[in-house]
Parts: sequence; structure tokens; C-alpha cells
Amino acid sequence: MIDQDVLERVLTAAVRTGAEFAEVYAEDKRSTSASLDDGRIEQVTSGRDRGAGIRVVRGETTGFAHTADLSERGLLVAATAAAAAASRGGGGVREIALDRQADHRVGSVERYPDDVPKATKVDVLRRIDDAARGAGGSIVQVSAGYGDSRKRILVANTEGVMATDEQVRAVVRMSVVASGDAGMQTGFQSMGRTTGFEMFDEFSVEDLARDAARQALTKLSARPAPSGALPVVIKHGTGGVLFHEACGHGLEADLVSKGGSVYKGKQGQLVAAPLVTLVDDGTMAGEWGAIGIDDEGHISQYNVLIEDGVLTDYMWDYLRARKEGRKQSGNGRRQSYMHLPMVRMTNTYVLNGTEEPDDIVRATDYGVYVAKLGGGSVNTASGDFVFGMTEAYLIENGEITEPLRESNLMGNGPQVLRDIDLLGNDFAMGNPGTCGKDGQGVPVGDGQPTLRVKSLTIGGTAA
Amino acid sequence: MSARSEGSELLEIADKVIAQATAGEQVEAYVSRDSETAVRVYEGNVEHFVSAQSEGIGIRVIRDGRTGFAYAGTLDQDAVASALAEARDNVAFGTPDEWAGLAEPDGVDIVDQDLWSDELAAFATDRKIELAKELERLTLTADSRVRVDDANYEDVASETAVATTTGIRRSGRENGCYVVVSTLADDGDEAHSGFGFSVGRSPDLFDLHKAARDAADRATRLLGATKPTSRRLTVVLDPYVTASFLSIIGGTLNGESLAKGRSLFKDRLGDEVASPLVTLVDDPTNPLAYTATDIDGEGLAARRNSLIEGGVLRSFVHNSYSARRAGTRSTGNAVRGGFKGTPGVGCLALQLAPGTRDQAALIADVSDGVLVQSVQGLHSGVNPVSGDFSVGASGLLIANGQLGGPVREFTIASTLQRMLLDVVEVGGDVDWLPMRAAGVSLAIRDLTMSGA
Repeated sequence: MIDQDVLERVLTAAVRTGAEFAEVYAEDKRSTSASLDDGRIEQVTSGRDRGAGIRVVRGETTGFAHTADLSERGLLVAATAAAAAASRGGGGVREIALDRQADHRVGSVERYPDDVPKATKVDVLRRIDDAARGAGGSIVQVSAGYGDSRKRILVANTEGVMATDEQVRAVVRMSVVASGDAGMQTGFQSMGRTTGFEMFDEFSVEDLARDAARQALTKLSARPAPSGALPVVIKHGTGGVLFHEACGHGLEADLVSKGGSVYKGKQGQLVAAPLVTLVDDGTMAGEWGAIGIDDEGHISQYNVLIEDGVLTDYMWDYLRARKEGRKQSGNGRRQSYMHLPMVRMTNTYVLNGTEEPDDIVRATDYGVYVAKLGGGSVNTASGDFVFGMTEAYLIENGEITEPLRESNLMGNGPQVLRDIDLLGNDFAMGNPGTCGKDGQGVPVGDGQPTLRVKSLTIGGTAA
Repeated sequence: MSARSEGSELLEIADKVIAQATAGEQVEAYVSRDSETAVRVYEGNVEHFVSAQSEGIGIRVIRDGRTGFAYAGTLDQDAVASALAEARDNVAFGTPDEWAGLAEPDGVDIVDQDLWSDELAAFATDRKIELAKELERLTLTADSRVRVDDANYEDVASETAVATTTGIRRSGRENGCYVVVSTLADDGDEAHSGFGFSVGRSPDLFDLHKAARDAADRATRLLGATKPTSRRLTVVLDPYVTASFLSIIGGTLNGESLAKGRSLFKDRLGDEVASPLVTLVDDPTNPLAYTATDIDGEGLAARRNSLIEGGVLRSFVHNSYSARRAGTRSTGNAVRGGFKGTPGVGCLALQLAPGTRDQAALIADVSDGVLVQSVQGLHSGVNPVSGDFSVGASGLLIANGQLGGPVREFTIASTLQRMLLDVVEVGGDVDWLPMRAAGVSLAIRDLTMSGA
């Protein structure tokens, strides 16, 4: 994308005013998306994003500028702007010599999206529409989206790092509406992988569409969810987002260092039930949050955050690690070249326990079984969170019985970690997610085995 | 966007693209250029200073009822040419749609608004840093229990141009700025976060003291909060919370959802869908609205639309596509998230017609209730198709007309349909917020609170 000698000259210019650190992050991304709604392919969109962000750090101050002009002149203008933002006077010339790292890739790509005809991509959406509508006469609306992207990134910094990565992703999402006597209900499904178009050989989009339709149809006869505190069993592969939101964010070193985390100062302490081991893993090939290198040029890692209930480590980016005099953990990520990197998760998951999932339900007299958790949000300071239950059932006398209407699940992250009392042996990863933080979205994965939380607040309307 | 002569350079680029349209082809070019400054201060130092410019073009091509789209994040000639080629290529894959088409001039005049401040454009960098530092200082002195996470100054200036082969040709520019501070308060056992902000077309409109006070209050007011017992009660929503709900209700009046059978207000025009106290308008021509604008995402004049009048559903909002499908005219509600996408439909500046009494008077009438000061999980917790909602909340209990202790970790639930009918009173305390809806206190009876 940019020659090594150009990068060296740009970095030299960036630290000429006395900064300690400078970095060039360049990106070239091509993407295709298509949407179907109301039985029509609405449109196919092609996108091209290309540019570089230049970061200059002096003391506690970071200056940042970005440009869509990848010529040496364009990069030098941005470098000068970033340097000016980070410093006032002083300086000298520092020669920068880059050490080009061997390419590090997680997983492989068999069919690049650019090599797949657009007609084949669009056909995926038609197959979804047909399968969902075939699920029953009560299905009144289907919408679906397809997206793929091929992003090449290059990172070079004044510490000599020069690394590249290529991230190829494909995703489908679908939403199905069913109509009945008591109004309309919706069902959702999605699948996303950090691979090429071969992901559509690995699973059936028809099965996903039928599952989304089944959710919507099931909810037509759903009764109002109970309200109040109850035991909750969360199906494998659907509750990982809860650990991402309610625990993962609190383990990001930038939040911890400012005291904005309930986990500050808790390293080495028991913060979860001893059953629980929580991991963040950028190396999980093919998963939505997988990366070869992070957006600061650091090779992705498998990081244990909580081991047997004990907090072992936080997640780190370059700046926070530098401040603490330790190594970064491959968690420095950004949405695009227009954004500053910060501490972000990759694939975050809870490792297997030993229980059979059926036994977990059988051990529950009265409670709620969550078969699909929706989006949510968390207050990282208090740890309080809220998640939607998009598919849930009542558990009565150890059996899953009636479907429940949508409602929210509310609890407190640290408390949930302590309240996990049964952990299954059926680990599965969940749907592709986009994690938002400080206005930036990055792709993340999550996962967990079936598990039970002793008590969560169900926000239904039934007494 | 201010529809004046500025941005003419961008209009030239758009003109060049649409001039390449061939017979039987409709082409739209949307070009934008933004510049942004963001200063973040922490413990008296600048933590980061971002100075950024971005530009790009989105091109829509329609032929035989099929739509194709492509964008490029640069105005480089080659990139613009290949975006046009890609958009044309993409046309072949769309399904023919008899309603597909670009907007056409509709004769509605633009309400001229003052959306550009020369003073802000010339505002010195050092003063931006100083404002963020001052906000941090003021917040720390507002309450000794409060720490500041970060204090920020941000401004953005944008120029846009849109031109179509159907005769739309508009350009303009606008700028604005805001300060925001994030806070934390803890008493050893628990911590809570808060925020405060101030917005304006120019920095002299900031109220830093109010931002600091809000940020301190929001963080400290929940210290010692308990979990309330589950029951049905009356809820008074703080203006900020009401605004969040209005955004969701606005979404259910979206003409595109209506056309696709997804609106819970389908076939309800002319029906009583809310308490007679509810009058809801979308008015981007009101200069007090933060999101005031003079043109919509397709280049049509922005205008005032009355959606619910005295509880009766009067109108949905439309862009030119959804309007054509519904057999009506665009209400000037095309919304577009920059050059990377095609226009959707959305409300631009919602406002509930205010009542006359302040929040204290609304509270005085409640025997058992809760003042909801913040909600969580609004987007995951509200299903705009079924209307079911259940959101996490925190606030203060109300007993016999008096405010009581703080409560948290509970949910409030109902349906949007019920909630609109159950409105007891709209307050007179309108608050213009940096959102697509204005805030006002709102009392609603008979919601389910789930707690302990």
C-alpha cells in the first residue's frame, strides 16, 4: 500500500517536534452489500474506503490526523498536523528504521468475495426469502442483508514495527415478521465469519431463515413474561454477549486505569464463581472477532481474563501498556483509519463446564429459559446491564413450557459472575456482533456453554 | 444544510457525475466534505487532539425500476469514475420496483435558516482546549464525590451537495459544536457514572456551569440506590428520557415501515391512538431544534409535519420512495447517514406540544410512582413492530406527591400503544437536546415496574 522508505520518512517527520511515538495506520477496504425487503432485492452497494490515520504521542497527549491521500505528500501533511496537535515546540531529528514483520494470518480464505459474481451473492438473499416464507402463511414480511468486505491494513510505528494483515469477512442477517390475532411478532438470525464466500458451504442459509421464521411464529402464541427476580438458564451460544457487555468492558485497561471499572484493583481476587473461566481470543480462526494483527500491529493473542473465578489480567492496547510498563495484549483496535485505536475485545467467551445442558433445565423448578438473547447495554461504572430476550420460555418443574413475549433481562455484571451456579459442557459461539465504544464499532464474537444464573430480574408485564 | 451558494465546488463534482447519465437512466450524486476537531482533556492535560477531514461521494443509478449504488471515501477523479461504473453495474441485480425513483422538485419553498457560524469557523484551537479544561475544573468543584472520566470539546463543519437528473440541485454548509463531560461517583461500595453537555452553533452559547452540574448530579444521585419492589405505578419521565421514547415512537410512524407492513399504526390514520393531551410534531424548521435543517437527504425542503393531533393519528413521515408507494407526497423526511448510503425515512426534529406545569407539579399529583431519570436498553427493549417494551431504569421513588429515595436495577414495561393512551400529563418544561427529539417531562399511569 505504501513503500517502506516513504513510511520511514513520514514517521521521522511526525516525531521531528519531539514526540516519543508516532504511527501510521493505512487501510484499503472494498465492500459489497445487498439488501432484500418485501420480496425485492432493493439494491446492491459497492464501497471503497482507503486512507491513513497518523497518531503522534508526546507525554500524555495524543495528536491524530487522517487523510484519504496515500501519497507521500498527503501523508506528510497529516503527519505534520498530528505532530502539531501533540506538541508545542522542542524536538530534533530521529531516524526511523522499520523491521518488516512476516505476515501473520489467522485462518485462510478460499473464495475471495471479489471473485464471486454479484448474482451469486444476491441469490443468497432470495434463498433466505423463499425459505422464510415457506415456513407458514402467517409469515408476512422478510428482510435480509448480505455483506462482505476485504480489508488490507498496514501499521508502521517509530518503534520499528511494520506489519500488515488482510481481513476478509462475510455476513448475512435476516428478520422475519409473523402476524396473528394478537399483533405482529419478529424473529432474527444471522451468521458472520472472518472467511471468504466458502462460509456459505459450511451452513445452510435456509436453515437460518427457517429458524428466524420459527421464532416469530412461536411468539405469536407467547404469553407475557413474568416480572421480578427468577433463576435464568441461558442456552449455549446465545449468552456470550452478556459476558462481553457486563464483564468484558470492565476488563478493558483504559476503563480500568481511569477508575471507571468495577474490576479496578481486583487482580488475583475471586470475582466469579470458581466454575467460570473467561477468555478473550483474537486467534480463533474464522470467528467474527478474529484478527491476524490488531490495529496497532501487534499479533493477536489468546488472553485468559478470569481463571477458575479469579481475575488474572485485563486487556491492553499500546498506550495503556506503555504507561504500566508491560506488554500489550493484541487488543488495540479501531473502526477505520479515521479513528484512534483503543482497548477492544475480539472473541470473548466462557469455557465449558461439566453439566449436561438438559440436567441444568431439570434442576430448575421455576424460571426462564433464554433461547436467544438480543442486544443490550451496560453501565460500566456500576456493572448494571439490560438485555432483550428475543426468544424465551418459562421453565416449570424442570421442563421448558410456554413461550414468552419479548422483554428485558436486567442484572449486575459482577453479581452475575458470582451467581452462575450450573455450567454446561456444550460450548458454542454466538452470532456476529458489532461492539460500540466511544462512537466506534468493531466486529466481535462471543460464546458460552448453557449455564444457569441463580437470579436475574425479568422485566415482563405479568404479575 | 444551509441552501446557499457555499459548497459550489462540491456541486460542480455532483453536476459532472449526473451529466454522464445516459438515456433512460436516473442518476443522483451526493457529495460531502466534513472537518472535525475533537479535544479530550483528563486531569488538566490534553489526552488527545483530533483534527480530521473526510470527504466522499455516493452515487445512485436507477434504470427500468432497478436501483444500484456505490460510494467512494475520496473525491479523487478516478475513484468517482469507478463509483459511477460500479453503481451502474449494480443496477442489474436489483428487482424492478415500480415505485423506484429519485426525488423531484415539489415546489415547497425552503425555510431559510442560519446554520453556519463564522465565529465558530474561526474559533482558535487554544480556546477549544481551554473550554474543555474549564469544564473539567467546574465539574470537579461541583461536588467533592465526583471524578471526571474525561471532558471534551468537539466541533464539526460540513458541506454537502446533491444533484439529480430529475432536477434537484442543492448545496449548503453548516457547523456546530458541543462540550460533554463524563463523570464517576462512588461511595466505596458502588460507583455510578454521569454526563453533562452543552451544545451550540457557536461556543458563546455554551452553559458550562449547567453541564458541570448535570454531570455531577447524574453521577451522585444514585448513590445508595436500592432495588424497588415489583408493582404497577405511575411513571414521570425526565425530559431526556421522554426524548428517547419520542425517537422510538417517531420510528413507528415511518412511511417505509408502513409500506412494508411493519408499522403498528398501520390502518390507524384518523384513529385515536393517544391521550387527547398528546400532540406530536416533527419540525426541522424550528430554529431551537438541535437538528434543525433546511433540506432533507434527497434535497427537498425540510418542513413542519403534524403527526399526532390531540391524540388522533394524522400523518406518517415519508421520503419520495415511501410516498410514491403510499400514493402520497414526500413529507421531506429523507434521512441519510452520509455519502455511504441511500436515503431512508425518519423524523428530523420531534416535539411534543408542551403543557403548562413544571415537573414538581406533575410529581405532586402522584401518590405511588417513580421519577425515571435514565433508561437503559431502549433499543433492545422496545420492539417497534409489536410495540412491546421493557427497559432498564433508574430514578427516584415518588410517594404521596413527594420525591423519595433513589432506586435502580428495575425495569418498566408496557406497550407503546398503551403508553400513548395512558399519558396523564405533558409538562411545560421543554428542553432542546442534541437529539432528533426535544425533551419534556411526561407523566404516564399504570406501567409495570419489575424489581425485587
